[in-house]
Amino acid sequence: MRTTKLEKKPVEVVNNSDLMLISKQSYAAIDKWIAKYHPENRQAAVIPALHIVQEENGGHLTIALMDELALYLNMPTIAVYEVASFYSMFEHKPIGKHKVSICTNISCMLRGSEEIVEHLKKKFAINLGETTTDGKFTVKEVECLGACVGAPMCLIGREYHEYLTPEKIDAILEKLE
Amino acid sequence: MVSIEIDGKKIQARDGALVIEAADDAGVYIPRFCYHKKLSIAANCRMCLIEVEKAAKPLPACATPVTDGMVIFTKSPKAIDAQKGVMEFLLINHPLDCPICDQGGECELQDIAMGYGSDVSKFTEKKRVVKDKNLGPLIATDMTRCIHCTRCVRFGAEVAGVRELGATGRGEHTEIGTYITSNVSSEMSGNVIDLCPVGALTSKPFRFSARAWELVERDTIAPHDCIGSNLKVHVCNGREVVRVVPRENEAINETWISDRDRFSYEALYSDDRLKTPMLKENGAWREVDWETALQAVIVGINKTITDSGADRVGALAAPTSTLEELYLMQKLMRQMGVNNIDHRLRQLDFSDQQQAPVFPWLGQPINNLENNNAVLLIGSNVRKDQPIAAHRLRKAGVRGSKIMTLNAVDYDFYMPIMAKIITSPMDYKHQLAGIAKALLAQTKQPAPNGFEKLVSKVKITASHQAIASALVEGSVSSVLLGPQAINHPEASTLRMLAQLITLLSQSQLGYLSEAGNSVGAWMAGMLPHRVAGGKDADKTGLNALEMLHKGLRAYVLLGVEPEIESAESVIASRALNDADFVVSLTSFSSEAMRQYADVMLPIAPFAETSATFINAEGQWQSVAGVVPPLGETRPAWKVLRVLGNLFGCSGFDYITSDDVLTEVKQLTKDCQTDNTVVWCCPAPITTNSNADILVRIAEVQMYAGDSLQRRAQALQNTHDADFAAIRINKACAKKFGLKDGVKATAAQNGTEITLPVVVDDNVSDNSVLIHCGLRDSAALSTDFTPISIRPV
Ligand code: SF4
Ligand code: FES
Ligand code: FES
Repeated sequence: MRTTKLEKKPVEVVNNSDLMLISKQSYAAIDKWIAKYHPENRQAAVIPALHIVQEENGGHLTIALMDELALYLNMPTIAVYEVASFYSMFEHKPIGKHKVSICTNISCMLRGSEEIVEHLKKKFAINLGETTTDGKFTVKEVECLGACVGAPMCLIGREYHEYLTPEKIDAILEKLE
Repeated sequence: MVSIEIDGKKIQARDGALVIEAADDAGVYIPRFCYHKKLSIAANCRMCLIEVEKAAKPLPACATPVTDGMVIFTKSPKAIDAQKGVMEFLLINHPLDCPICDQGGECELQDIAMGYGSDVSKFTEKKRVVKDKNLGPLIATDMTRCIHCTRCVRFGAEVAGVRELGATGRGEHTEIGTYITSNVSSEMSGNVIDLCPVGALTSKPFRFSARAWELVERDTIAPHDCIGSNLKVHVCNGREVVRVVPRENEAINETWISDRDRFSYEALYSDDRLKTPMLKENGAWREVDWETALQAVIVGINKTITDSGADRVGALAAPTSTLEELYLMQKLMRQMGVNNIDHRLRQLDFSDQQQAPVFPWLGQPINNLENNNAVLLIGSNVRKDQPIAAHRLRKAGVRGSKIMTLNAVDYDFYMPIMAKIITSPMDYKHQLAGIAKALLAQTKQPAPNGFEKLVSKVKITASHQAIASALVEGSVSSVLLGPQAINHPEASTLRMLAQLITLLSQSQLGYLSEAGNSVGAWMAGMLPHRVAGGKDADKTGLNALEMLHKGLRAYVLLGVEPEIESAESVIASRALNDADFVVSLTSFSSEAMRQYADVMLPIAPFAETSATFINAEGQWQSVAGVVPPLGETRPAWKVLRVLGNLFGCSGFDYITSDDVLTEVKQLTKDCQTDNTVVWCCPAPITTNSNADILVRIAEVQMYAGDSLQRRAQALQNTHDADFAAIRINKACAKKFGLKDGVKATAAQNGTEITLPVVVDDNVSDNSVLIHCGLRDSAALSTDFTPISIRPV
């Protein structure tokens, strides 16, 4: 006989054997985020958690990882997919060593982001969302990153680069390993 | 109440009402897509923009509460301009493929575009195309047509209780779907077809079979579960049922229906539909006219009565039959001296039938389920058994009510469960006794006669305490017995204990009975010991189980296939095959029936006959037939009327089915029911000595409950139409050396069956779930008796 008594708002008791893809360290980091919210709102930690999981996995997410996270955060898997597919900082397939995210939203567009995009496309002979054959660069288009004041801009790794020109971005990319 | 003005009309509106609600109540139409009165407010389509005096910009009517003195214009130039602007946006990416869209003619987008769309689009860019999703056998998708109203998404989260659909991606790349390839599994999923304002989600079985304007809409009632959902049937060419949708009835099914009720109509046109009377002569079947067939019935039955006596004849009816049919069947039988009459084919324990209430019922109105603060479900898979009841309970659960279960399988109810006891069916009585004992201690009430002794060995656990307190604390609380408790081999003990629990905790005892007209069958006297109106019969006949065990000489069947619908399918099959004469009033003929029957009379199934059903709350619902009976088929009440006359019985000169109904109403007019019965102490409960005995959990597979469901193709292709298998938990599988996916043999009472093993940790210890109602599992004997399993 098995009996369980659950609190009013049940948090599914997660069986440890179901959690195997995400490391202990990552879970510890996720727990720090969870602790910031009310226990009933574990799912509020989903965005930072996705970042942690993505980083551990070398820059992209998989369905299995998202499913595991959904279980841990007590949310429907589809809700995790929604978040992870909405935000452009989450990747769903392997990417290059450096991710160049170019903002093409309104301010950047008015200030010439199209020219930067064309330049990079030609330079690497790839389309937006693709990775160079040597696996070094992935170029993707993103929505406003809140740095309109320095438009056109891009995000590489964790750094913002503003007032871009084709020459300037060449120089930036040159310096990357 | 506040006073507002809409389009110059002064009206009173409820404080806090939304403008769109107030307008709807006042009969002022505001266009909308995402708003639905039963779903949360998303306000994402913006179609409902209106002008409000003193507001700078148009406001969404579905998200703006009324305030006193508010002046609203729904058709001012500013409002119309805003609405037209939204329409233009919505149509940018819409494919406008109405000529090849199933929704054409009943599409909200089409309708509203007629009023607010423009002839030419300013957009010359390419339209987006969205890949179709495969959501399973019930729902067809054309996702390019989706306008992202998210009604379907909210339905999943808020009504079905399972969030399967979502809006993934962003902006232009937003898509509605499951993201990964998977079917939707909700048993209410079909409702998204009605909710979807465009042709993105449509009915798969109906696909491309008719245009909305070719159809006539008629009212009927679902015969399957004890809820009696109200339906609208869409009829093509005046004779074919091509689609079923809900008919709003706030008190019963609100605006929803289960997939079972929506798609079971497909069975009406299944291949094994019986269309002409058939007679078996020298082992060969031939089609005959009605006269010949009825004559054969008269001869066959009369001969049996003369040769062996009327007590060697028995009548079995499906609890999905109509009230009129059930009433006439028992009337006919009783006049001929036959008292062996029953509809309880799956029941095993009849020992307390004399004390039983006039009709076991829900004990409360269906819509009251959501008002409960505490509910204990016993032997019930309510989500699959009665999806609408589950929806009501879910509302209570989400509100914070304490839903608790005692089951042999840890079903996922898609609602918060406060406490659950998952244990072998043989252990139910100990658990109920434990709860009762805890209640006695908590409430300090005197124990009823003999109870102390009964439970002296039973230990009170924390779960018992928790359940007991919840029931006591709940100002409105219920204990509900589901089919697995009603059909339990110790049902009378469970009933007695459940009743004691309700008395001690001042809760309501209720039955979630099996079928659409279970209550009707009790009312109509389709029982061996009671006549219509719940009065004792002069002579008590054999119950369903005895009839089959004793092996009678003749059987009269009404809409049943006892070889799979009986608790003792093997014995049923043997008894029918050994009988001298079997007449089956049936809508379908199966291989097995051809074996055992001598005459098959084609009777009209649901939708083809006028009918009355009494649901679990005791509501009588009468409807007319919506399509003419197929082929030579006749409504069963007419067949029984003619049989009555041919047998020379009196009182069979009804002209319409209404005459029958009036007669039943007259006989049952003083019927009062109360689920409480006189306390009669069950046998002492020992400690669980048979803890190691493996028992079968005989749950009826979700879409195997009656002859219609079993033949509804799309339902049979769903995930819920589980194949016959030996479902067992990991520990038990290990103990018996079983492996997932590998075949094993189950043996019970000298019968054997070989089925694949499915390891399912939701199944309790010492039990094995082998669904019944399936031909593949019918070769196994008694439900719930000990069973042994070995690998092959
Ligand atoms: S599929 Fe239909 S119901 Fe769902 S979001 Fe799209 S338009 Fe709305
Ligand atoms: S538009 Fe590019 S950063 Fe805001
Ligand atoms: S109906 Fe109001 S915004 Fe959609």
